[in-house]
Amino acid sequence: MTVLAIADHRRGSLRDVSYELVSAGRQLADATGGDLHVAVISGNVEEFGEKLNLTGVDTVHTVENGEEFNHDVYAGAVEALYDEVDPTVLLMPNSVNGLDYAPAVANALDLPLVSDAVDFSYDGGLTAIREMYGSKVETTIEVDAERVAVTIRGGEWPAVADTGDAEISAFDYSPDGDLGSRVLGFEEVAGGDVDITDADVLVSVGRGIEEEENLELVEELADALGATLSSSRPIVDAGWLPPNRQVGQSGKVVTPDIYLAVGISGAVQHVAGMKGADTIIAINTDPNAPIFDIADYGIVGDLFEVVPELIEQFE
Amino acid sequence: MMKILVTVKEVAEVEDDFEIDGLGIDEAYLEYDLNEWDDYAVEEAVQIAEAGDDVEVVSVTIGPERSEETIRMALAKGADRAIRVWDDAFESVDLLDVAAKTRLLAAVVEKEDPDLVLTGVQAADDGFGATGVSVADEVGFEWAAVVNELDLDADGGVANVRRELEGGVEELTEVDLPAVLTIQTGINEPRYASLRGIRQAQRKEIAPMSLDDLGFDASALDSPIALTGMSEPESESDATLFEGDAEETAAQLAEVLREKGVGAQ
Ligand SMILES: Cc1cc2nc3c(=O)[nH]c(=O)nc-3n(C[C@H](O)[C@H](O)[C@H](O)COP(=O)(O)OP(=O)(O)OC[C@H]3O[C@@H](n4cnc5c(N)ncnc54)[C@H](O)[C@@H]3O)c2cc1C
Ligand SMILES: Nc1ncnc2c1ncn2[C@@H]1O[C@H](COP(=O)(O)O)[C@@H](O)[C@H]1O
Repeated sequence: MTVLAIADHRRGSLRDVSYELVSAGRQLADATGGDLHVAVISGNVEEFGEKLNLTGVDTVHTVENGEEFNHDVYAGAVEALYDEVDPTVLLMPNSVNGLDYAPAVANALDLPLVSDAVDFSYDGGLTAIREMYGSKVETTIEVDAERVAVTIRGGEWPAVADTGDAEISAFDYSPDGDLGSRVLGFEEVAGGDVDITDADVLVSVGRGIEEEENLELVEELADALGATLSSSRPIVDAGWLPPNRQVGQSGKVVTPDIYLAVGISGAVQHVAGMKGADTIIAINTDPNAPIFDIADYGIVGDLFEVVPELIEQFE
Repeated sequence: MMKILVTVKEVAEVEDDFEIDGLGIDEAYLEYDLNEWDDYAVEEAVQIAEAGDDVEVVSVTIGPERSEETIRMALAKGADRAIRVWDDAFESVDLLDVAAKTRLLAAVVEKEDPDLVLTGVQAADDGFGATGVSVADEVGFEWAAVVNELDLDADGGVANVRRELEGGVEELTEVDLPAVLTIQTGINEPRYASLRGIRQAQRKEIAPMSLDDLGFDASALDSPIALTGMSEPESESDATLFEGDAEETAAQLAEVLREKGVGAQ
């Protein structure tokens, strides 16, 4: 069985998930003694091609075409590569750019799509594990088809780092006709008053706080602890705190000594931004909240009861 | 005249304590609501309609009769009419995969012929994060995924969007119309339905559509992807959980925090 994995890169660097795709791809290829092909599209493909020459990779295909991701180029190139390589499994990242081309490719190639897989195995067909209901349950998905497209969640497979002896081959592709979408540029979200990535102690607030007025309570806690206030996404979406306070995939990645999550469930996109904290503490009413899986200390309880007591402890 | 089609899904939210019954969560522990991402998509469409003249907003859902309540919320917030796709054949389907949803929604897009389709980035329950872009490919529209700002230039035939990438970076992209955009939370501030809106919604049309109406038979729901198991993830937690009432747990946590030098001035 041949596996074709598509690397992810942005603004000059390969993203971590590219190295994880290699171990995920190798795992499937091993199941049948097949080959692993990796493709990298656009950007400095020569440099990327060298970097993707990793243990377990048989062939790296480099597709030169522009600097940055463009989904029309990606979709066209992946479809052309698919015809050339003839893989049983097409592996792509469940990154924001993956969300922008993988479903189109799967549909165009008439492949069943399993998105956001956290684990899988292959035994005549693909069996994948994916989460539902905000990580509250795990589901098993069995694919009864000869070929399948899969996107993998970042951080679930180990990254491959060792250099291999893959063949690196340039693949000729250029889109025909005008592209229907054009990337005009990039912008960093504004910095603002506080840099939460600098803080040693973060008190981070989530949707459990319910109302904007209640933010005062966690502000008071942050003051009492000498901590900086950060938050999960819904608090920023609601406009209660500015974007520079948001922790997570689309916000800031923080690595404080202490991260105290108050009323935060621990969705993957949030955890992506704070799992590197030394000590993680969670206060949450739901004993099954995924945040407890990565917490070092926890209180299963109502923040409106616990936080005032905690403030008192430090006054 | 411009038409915007918004896909909306009623999603199940799970209570803290729940039980799994076969391949699903026991109904007793589920509450239903409009998918968070779709709420933002509806708001975006309604704001475009309010800013222009002669813009029609149509919402479409694939869902059982129960979901009409949720669809009415979209109507109460300003959508002009709604379509609900359902059929007895759906009752025996455990998981409606992306390809099946694509087939059905693409058929609706082709019937309605909108200039713009807005979907959510993902459904909060099954979370494929794939339906919008897949539908775009199926109907031959352009698209953009994870859009957190939209500036529509209908006369120029383009939409200028910001795509929210990882790590606080946004991509500025110009997309030809017609297009499917998958909408990210935070793009706007979804309104609460007004009493007047709720009253008006009662009189708005929710048109039922069967597989037959869309030109399909039950085989349109066939999928090579089967849900074969559901379980509560084994807790990987090695957290120390403090026991006791609020005062006791807070005191224990305070001790740990102090040991780590917090609050010591
Ligand atoms: C492309 C993409 C990017 C994203 N990027 C980010 C990101 O950067 N950062 C981010 O945070 N999210 C991000 N998200 C959103 C993410 O999926 C979740 O929706 C979000 O993290 C949920 O925030 P929350 O935990 O505050 O809210 P919820 O998931 O609603 O959790 C609230 C928690 O509070 C608890 N609670 C309720 N009441 C109380 C109480 N009285 N006391 C104690 N606990 C209570 C509940 O049990 C629950 O666990 C992204 C999503 C997508 C699709
Ligand atoms: N059953 C459905 N009915 C209508 N729209 C849907 C349905 N399922 C998904 N969608 C739309 O597709 C988006 C992405 O869903 P998903 O790909 O399932 O994560 C949702 O935010 C909805 O806008």
